[in-house]
Formats: sequence, C-alpha cells, structure tokens
Amino acid sequence: MTCERRPYADPYVTGACLGLVLLAAFVITGRGLGASGAFATTAAGLTHAIAPAQAEANPYFARYLAGDGPWRDWLLFEIGGVALGGAVSAWAAGRLRGQIERGPGARSPARLVLGFAGGAVMGLGAVLARGCTSGLALTGGALLSVGAWLFMLAAFAGAYLAAPVLRRVWR
Amino acid sequence: MTAPWIDGDTSAAGLAIAVGCGAAFGAALERAGLGSARKLVGQFYGTDLTVLKVMLSAIVVAMLGAFWLGQLGVLDLARVAVPETWLAPQLVGGVVFGAGMAIAGLCPGTSCVAAASGRGDGLAVMLGMFSGVLVTGLAFAPLRALYEATARGPLTLSAWLGVPYGAVVLAVVAIALAGFGIAERIERPA
Repeated sequence: MTCERRPYADPYVTGACLGLVLLAAFVITGRGLGASGAFATTAAGLTHAIAPAQAEANPYFARYLAGDGPWRDWLLFEIGGVALGGAVSAWAAGRLRGQIERGPGARSPARLVLGFAGGAVMGLGAVLARGCTSGLALTGGALLSVGAWLFMLAAFAGAYLAAPVLRRVWR
Repeated sequence: MTAPWIDGDTSAAGLAIAVGCGAAFGAALERAGLGSARKLVGQFYGTDLTVLKVMLSAIVVAMLGAFWLGQLGVLDLARVAVPETWLAPQLVGGVVFGAGMAIAGLCPGTSCVAAASGRGDGLAVMLGMFSGVLVTGLAFAPLRALYEATARGPLTLSAWLGVPYGAVVLAVVAIALAGFGIAERIERPA
C-alpha cells in the first residue's frame, strides 16, 4: 500500500463525468441530483418524531411528511450514496484522512464555527430557493430552468460580495 | 422502452438507483477536489476556478445529452421534472446561499464529500446546514409570503424567451466555452 496522495483530476473531465451521472439520473428516474432536500426531509422527520402535531401543521415540513414519509426519500438515499462515493474515492486516491481544513487566517475552532455559521446561512437560502447548487443549479441548469439560472447567478453574486470580507479567513 | 424507465422513485429499485447515482456524484466531486474548502473558495479569489469549470462542463454534457436523447425519441422530456421557477425567493435565497457558501467554504453536497473524506470542517458545515434548514422550517410563518411569491411553474429559458430549445442549448454551449476561456486566463499567473 502506498500512502502517496494523488493529485485531483482534471476539472473538465470530472465535470463531464458528473454531467453523465446527471444525464443517467434523468434517463433512469426522470429526476436530477440534489443535496439540500436530504437535509430538509431529515429536519421534517426529526421534528415529526418529537412533535408530530406541530410538524404536520407546519406548511414547510408537511410536504416531506406526505407520501412515503420523510425517511423513504429519494434524496436522502442519494446523499447517503454521495458520502459513500466520496469516501471510497478519497480512500482509493490516498486522500482519506482526519483533518480540519482551514485557511491560514483561521484557527481550527474558528473554522468550525464559521463552517457551522455558513452552513446555517446556506440552509436559510436553500429553503427560500427550494434547492441548492446540486438540485437547483446543476439539475435545473441542465434542463434550462429559468429559476435555476437565476439562482446560480444570484449565488455567485452573493459569494463574490461576501468573499472580500472573508479574505483574511481564507487567504 | 422510452426513458425515464422508473416512475415511482421511492420503490426499492428507485432507492437503490438513488444510492448508485449519489455514489457516482460523490466520487466525481471528490475527484475534482471539491471536497476541499480551500480549493472551492479559490473560485471567489480568482486563484482556482475548478467550481466554474466542473459546474459548466456538467451542465453542458447533461443538457446536450437530454436534448439529443429527446430529439431521438429515447427520452420523453415531458416526464423529466424541470425544477420550478419562483423568481423572488430564488433571487433572495440565491444571494443568501452564496454568502453562506463563501463563509462555509463548501456547499451542501460538497460538505458531505468533505465529511466523508475525514474533514471535521465538512461535518461542521453539514450540522450548520441541517440547523439552518430546521430553524427556517420551524420559523417558517414570516417567510411564507416571500416563499410563495412570483410562481412561474416549470418555466424553461426557451419558453420564457420564445426561442427554440436547440437555440438556447447552442447559446449555453457558447457561453460555457467563453467561460472556460476566461477561467483559464484568470488562473494564469500574471
């Protein structure tokens, strides 16, 4: 076994492969990929487990409780696959190792706090937009959805507006 | 048989395919290096435009595939779910989401890849994302007016602009190629 960490693959080749995976999802199931929906269905399911009446009365969570219920959700299984595929790929390339990745301007505790805070802000944005970079931008982008392209432009604008403020954290 | 082949996506077969598609998706993100927050934020500082290159190549390949399989009658595009357009919440939500991405250094999908490849910061972003969705869901009432504003249904660029599907496809390919050229120029050290 070699412990050498291999460099990342070419972005155009991996992007094209990702496109073929997305196309396969369209052809096999008639739906695209996603991520934020798995977080939403988990939030709805946990709320329902603790306070069933409140969850069912909540107009946002109620949608995830309908049909087969919050735990038998396509995106929840898909995101489990994402973690599995990411772990296997990292292991095969010698990149699987415990670490807290951070920019030179943030110590590890600060990085974790900022990661959590940034994640929470993304959660708010993803609820409002009904999706994230995977389910809305990628999937909708390929299907030429107006909302997907609007979201993509808005997200890049938001990130570029916030980036100068965070320069000392990352650079 | 005309695709899509599976209708009930929460059948046992549908969920097995979900795991398979997810695994391939996660592996592609990991290979591209997008499980790394420092690599991902390079996009916003002009040092590493992997995010743009991966996203646009993926969109172009899937878009061309869907278009041509539709033209050939292999894929029934009427049965492929186009994400719905809600102008105001997607504009506001997009800006908020983007700011969160610059703070977190990862997006929801790549945070799962980061955590799965051993990164504690990826796990922190996942927990934050979950908390954000949970709190927003619990405090949904004041956001509902914005959430349900300006519904446009599954509107496509071609329907909105009144331009043929193929012409929009061609335009997106041209924009992507121009984007790749600009990305390579930005990355090259001055």
